[in-house]
Amino acid sequence: MRVLAALSGGVDSAVAAARAVDAGHEVVAVHLALASASPSATPGRARGCCTVEDSRDARRAADVIGVPFYVWDLSERFGRDVVDDFVAEYAAGRTPNPCVRCNQKVKFAALADRALALGFDAVATGHYARLLDGPGTTTGGRELHRSHDLGKDQSYVLAVLPPERLATALFPLGGAADKDEVRAEAAARGLGVADKPDSTDICFVPDGDTRAWLGARVSGAGSEAGDVVDASGAVVGAHDGAAGYTVGQRRGLRLGTPAPDGKPRYVLSVSVAERRVVVGAAEDLDVDVLTGDGAVWCGPAPEVGARLGAQVRAHGREMGCTVERADGGELRVRLDEPARGVAPGQLLALYDGTRVVGSATLSSAVRAERATLGA
Amino acid sequence: MPAPSAARASAYLDHAADTPVLPAAAEAMLAELTRTGNASALHTSGRTARRVVEEAREELAAALGARPGEVVLTGGGTESDNLAVKGLYWARRSGPGGDPRRTRVLVSAVEHHGVLDPAHWLADPATGQGAVVEELPVDGEGRLRLDALRASVERDPASVALISVMWANNEVGTLQPLREVVDLAAEHGIPVHSDAVQAVGQVPVDFAASGLAALSLTGHKLGGPTGVGALVLRRGTALVPVLHGGGQEGGVRSGSVDAASARALAVATTAAVATLGERAAALSVLRDQLEAAVLAAVPGAVVRGPASAADRLPGLLHVTVPGAEGDALLYLLDARGVECSTGSACTAGVPQPSHVLRAMGLSDAEAQGALRFSLGRTSTAADVALVAEVIGPVVERARTAGLALVSS
Repeated sequence: MRVLAALSGGVDSAVAAARAVDAGHEVVAVHLALASASPSATPGRARGCCTVEDSRDARRAADVIGVPFYVWDLSERFGRDVVDDFVAEYAAGRTPNPCVRCNQKVKFAALADRALALGFDAVATGHYARLLDGPGTTTGGRELHRSHDLGKDQSYVLAVLPPERLATALFPLGGAADKDEVRAEAAARGLGVADKPDSTDICFVPDGDTRAWLGARVSGAGSEAGDVVDASGAVVGAHDGAAGYTVGQRRGLRLGTPAPDGKPRYVLSVSVAERRVVVGAAEDLDVDVLTGDGAVWCGPAPEVGARLGAQVRAHGREMGCTVERADGGELRVRLDEPARGVAPGQLLALYDGTRVVGSATLSSAVRAERATLGA
Repeated sequence: MPAPSAARASAYLDHAADTPVLPAAAEAMLAELTRTGNASALHTSGRTARRVVEEAREELAAALGARPGEVVLTGGGTESDNLAVKGLYWARRSGPGGDPRRTRVLVSAVEHHGVLDPAHWLADPATGQGAVVEELPVDGEGRLRLDALRASVERDPASVALISVMWANNEVGTLQPLREVVDLAAEHGIPVHSDAVQAVGQVPVDFAASGLAALSLTGHKLGGPTGVGALVLRRGTALVPVLHGGGQEGGVRSGSVDAASARALAVATTAAVATLGERAAALSVLRDQLEAAVLAAVPGAVVRGPASAADRLPGLLHVTVPGAEGDALLYLLDARGVECSTGSACTAGVPQPSHVLRAMGLSDAEAQGALRFSLGRTSTAADVALVAEVIGPVVERARTAGLALVSS
């Protein structure tokens, strides 16, 4: 196959590209310039996947692997579909995952479309996830699975890829025993990025201070001061912009009035329209009915009543659930046990064993009896 | 289209970026590299090195119509440009004969970044240099508008520190009206610098006749090595150095002189100038064949730069391809063995809309699908034939990819 390998400048994508070469593919490497022209990002100074240093590391890795190297400027798409979306979601009081959006709108959309148009058969990345091909699979077709190393598994951020996108994807690291194996392999291949630290923060937030970064960009109702209230509606404090708060957050609430029971309080919900942040006790965070929209199925859509695993953040634990609704773009599941800190905007990914069934973006997360009471 | 195979035809058409080193220059360089001696040292080895350097300087001067004492050896075109722009600016403002009112630096809008960037550096408030840069407009063929230059100079001649206008443009090949620029500047005693990096060895360059105060050239565009060049500086022209140190090159450019590179530069320059006429004739023929082939294969392609052969470099063809992106074209051509360029500078490999094409009046969209084919000494009819074979399907595919990026 002719494979376009996306090189971030990090160790994973470099080893992935090298493995694609070893597998006999004709590989061309491309580094994505994502931050340079983004109107919302700090020009040129972002870290993670966007810096000149990363571009140089990527180029050097391509040299070592022995494949042609190009830089493609997808900053406009990234700025619009990832950065602006990130700001807009927070401004609306939700908690987005920019890596998910980047995969959905940039790497496996804009990049893949361009690659296919230029004559490539697949796009390879350094994601830790596995693709299993039919007909021997449960679904009979190509399936997305968790990586062999469950500790590094990144299938969650890929759960937004429909079958036609999975058809042209390649994840050469999915079978790696662990990150140590990949680093050792990088060193053995002479790749200078072998001991480069993992990127952890959001790549377009230069210093990792997401709150300050958002504060400079969120405008409108989400940036306006308002009340912090408890579940009864009593005002217990003030905030200077509801968009800066995330469900489950405990720190930085600066509450003037202590809770009657003296226990710590957490953000239960954020209403940007009402400029209100609701706080309460830890147990009030418990939710078990998760509703999402914009559902994407990686294979066949699940049946109502199906028993699946649910995961709501990149390295979160998997929780047992039952599908209550899977209709068009809508998804509702009931968790076996209540979970805490689940916020609208997060991606709900569903698993059947190690297989990724699909995902939806959460629009609400409530406790069943409250939902019933509210109905 | 067929997938590229390992053993394939290839065509190197990026001579304006780097042209093969002349074998005689490489041999001369190797011979000097294996010899020891600092040209500034007084012992026998030093004297030998010094002699090599001075003979190279004399040879260069002869090839360029300059006096040996006017040739300042540098590390290449960018260094020469920086030395001329900053050095002339500083000398014209302060020091003997200087005048602090001379703050204006006039450059054409199509200058190479080697000139544009030092000029803007001088004008950056953060550097405290106090300059004001005026980028003078060009016409649709990339030629400096002399009326604009005249208006700019005559608005306040006493405030002009220097004028810098390139001899030939590196992207579209336009030869600039330097005679007129120099005559106009002479009326007011303003020094003119010209970046002749693309011109030396391609078109006749006579420094004495040019009336220029300073002229930049570099080795690797004319068959010499990369990393060596020269600033030809008219005798008596005051210049403040950029590099301070041992006082080599008449105190204008400190640093131990690289005798091997100087020798190779001299050999290459002499050869390039001596063979200029016959090479220009041959390259013009190939270039016109290439133009015909590209226009025949690519609907909508537009040739940029001067229409008349007399007004441009002989071996350069610049086209814009509507609906395609330059980097997609480059990739697809590279994959089929054709090595060329978009012609413009990159930031971390990210293609930016060319400032040259913008100055010529093109929109960003028009400037997007830019391709520069530059021919040189080793170019053949087979190179043209390979481009003719692949360019049609490549453009078709690049256009599809461009659409993919827009619609997805």
